[in-house]
Amino acid sequence: MKLVERLAANKSTIVKKWFDLVAATYPPDTAKFLKANRDPFHNPVGKTTLEGLSAAFDALLEGADPVVLDRALDPIIRIRAVQSFSPTQATAFILALKPLVRELWSKGPSDPQAAADLRQIEDGIDQVLLVAFDIYLKCRETLFQLKVDLEKNRIHHAFVRAGLVADTPVQPSAAEPKGAV
Amino acid sequence: MKDLPKAKDFYSRLAHRPDSASDWMDVPVEIRKGMYCYAANPKSLDTLGFPYARDWNPVEGDWKLPENWQQIIHEGFKERLERFRSFKVFMDICVRCGACADKCHFFIGTGDPKNMPVLRAELLRSVYRNDFTTFGKLLGRIGGARPMTVDVLKEWWYYMFQCTECRRCSVFCPYGIDTAEITIMGRELLNLLGLNIDWIATPVSNCYMTGNHLGIQPHAYKDMLDFFVDDIEEITGVRVEPSYNRVGADILFITPSGDVFADPGTYTAMGYLILFHYLREKYGFDITWSTYASEGGNFGFFTSHETMKRLNSKMYAEARRLGVKWILGGECGHMWRVITQYMDTMNGPADFLQEPVSPITGTRFENAKSTKMVHIAEFTADLIRHGKLELDKRRNRHLKVTFHDSCNPSRGMGMLEEPRYVIRNVCDHFYDMPENTIREQTFCCGSGAGLNAGENMELRMAGGLPRANAVKYVHEQHGVNMLATICAIDRAALPPLMQYWVPGVDVTGLHEMVANALVLPGEKQRETNLRGEPLEGMEDDSDE
Repeated sequence: MKLVERLAANKSTIVKKWFDLVAATYPPDTAKFLKANRDPFHNPVGKTTLEGLSAAFDALLEGADPVVLDRALDPIIRIRAVQSFSPTQATAFILALKPLVRELWSKGPSDPQAAADLRQIEDGIDQVLLVAFDIYLKCRETLFQLKVDLEKNRIHHAFVRAGLVADTPVQPSAAEPKGAV
Repeated sequence: MKDLPKAKDFYSRLAHRPDSASDWMDVPVEIRKGMYCYAANPKSLDTLGFPYARDWNPVEGDWKLPENWQQIIHEGFKERLERFRSFKVFMDICVRCGACADKCHFFIGTGDPKNMPVLRAELLRSVYRNDFTTFGKLLGRIGGARPMTVDVLKEWWYYMFQCTECRRCSVFCPYGIDTAEITIMGRELLNLLGLNIDWIATPVSNCYMTGNHLGIQPHAYKDMLDFFVDDIEEITGVRVEPSYNRVGADILFITPSGDVFADPGTYTAMGYLILFHYLREKYGFDITWSTYASEGGNFGFFTSHETMKRLNSKMYAEARRLGVKWILGGECGHMWRVITQYMDTMNGPADFLQEPVSPITGTRFENAKSTKMVHIAEFTADLIRHGKLELDKRRNRHLKVTFHDSCNPSRGMGMLEEPRYVIRNVCDHFYDMPENTIREQTFCCGSGAGLNAGENMELRMAGGLPRANAVKYVHEQHGVNMLATICAIDRAALPPLMQYWVPGVDVTGLHEMVANALVLPGEKQRETNLRGEPLEGMEDDSDE
């Protein structure tokens, strides 16, 4: 059986272990909560993480398409981008999958084809990490944009209140210049 | 292949493990950017006569504390334990059952255990045990006690300003401990050392001096409302004529200034103006705005009891000055908690006012018998119930609405059904979020209690995650595109929250939707809603 097939067959075990490792990036009490509470609305971080990992795992086995990976990982990274993690802390959980894959792989045949299979999966995981990094940056840029918008609005409103902004009606002639095609 | 690292060894080398200290007291506080608000402007503290106004920076080691700061905290703690029986009880009775632990939106969103309500309270309790209980004095740390140090003070400050006093945790406490009150006390104590945040202190100072958070002078307040009058005329063809500071009016209207100065609250303010005009034309309704009591919000509530009382008093002083019968209050959050929970014993009873009765329907608002202040959602729901409003729901039919119960009107005053009743009567499509995220169990917006600043955006997004997660669910399930709410802070806080977590969902106040549906006498065919957006789908009905 090829490595990809074995990974698919062992998906639930591997994703569970992967999830436990992600949960362990939080303090112990929090990790316990993330793993124990099954309510998707009381435990959005746990639910989102588990679903995202599962989808990312599928995407990895199906060729690590960046668009599919983006959809799978965005909800997890979006959460970690606003928690007290550094950029590496927010994304390093992707690499936690490598040893789990190797563990399974080491129990199988060790012929050259198997080694090539492992390389292929590990290259895929690298791809997943790169996608995660892109998402992280996108989320941080959104956050900064929200802060910028807030300040811009505040200044604009201050100007309006100070009577420094006037609504200039658009002249019909300016909007539709004569001779325009 | 034997050389390959084992999974655990490999992973443990990655530099992203949390602090592994087993006891919370051993986890040092780290004040992180994005999670805290800037320190109070000393000028604002001076205006209010608060002590130790100074420039200081939370991320710097030296907070420039007064020399006897420990004594100040100890005495302040003692005074409050004697003055507030509830505080003393809350310090003593917690059995650490953990029922509240996972109920806080900040814990759920940040994953920081010190945001568990029980631990946030424990920050104060540990010092309480050390300073005021024999048990704590004898057993020290074994008994959960610890002395007050600069690090403990910093921990207090960091986590007291990561609580929105929403009271969700208190719903689940078998002893009824209100952790919000513990935060309130914690903040009061911090204020004794000049350790407020600017997003609270400056609005409080402005409100104290000019009557509203932004420090808008009365004439500028009127100018803003006059802008709305022009906009309303452009959209509806009807010129509404609000009255200001009119002595002898039947009713005084007070709303948070956020409705007048910040989108999308401004459309809600236009909604009030349109509703009042309609009621005046149809039923001779007589209401006046005040440019002096121009703030329903009360950030004094997030500062100290005395400050809350000072700011609240102006509403009643203005009602007395104008000689109105009662007060109608706009869509606000904590204003209502102050009114419902504190006003009566603080500045009340307002026995110079009359028990509120709707002049249009005759309904007696018995719940407002003592405070003499009626929530506009209840007032409007009553009008609709009695068939007093001509509504054209089609103007809102592009909206798929869900309702965010704001913490204070829902948990603080039991305002649960009225807003939903109004929404159902002005919109075709309404979908509630899952049961354990609404009504008494509603999740906070994550920006209340003075935390709606820009510099703490990470905290706000993390704290708002449980709310956004539930909105996302109805957005995906039912195509919900509008999040309605009856709180001005929500109207300011939820748009960025939606932009980050659930793009495609906008935010509105209740009375914006009411006014869009309301058919004004003499109005022209409406082509846009109050936001100036074309009324989708109405083109086909123009000949009907």
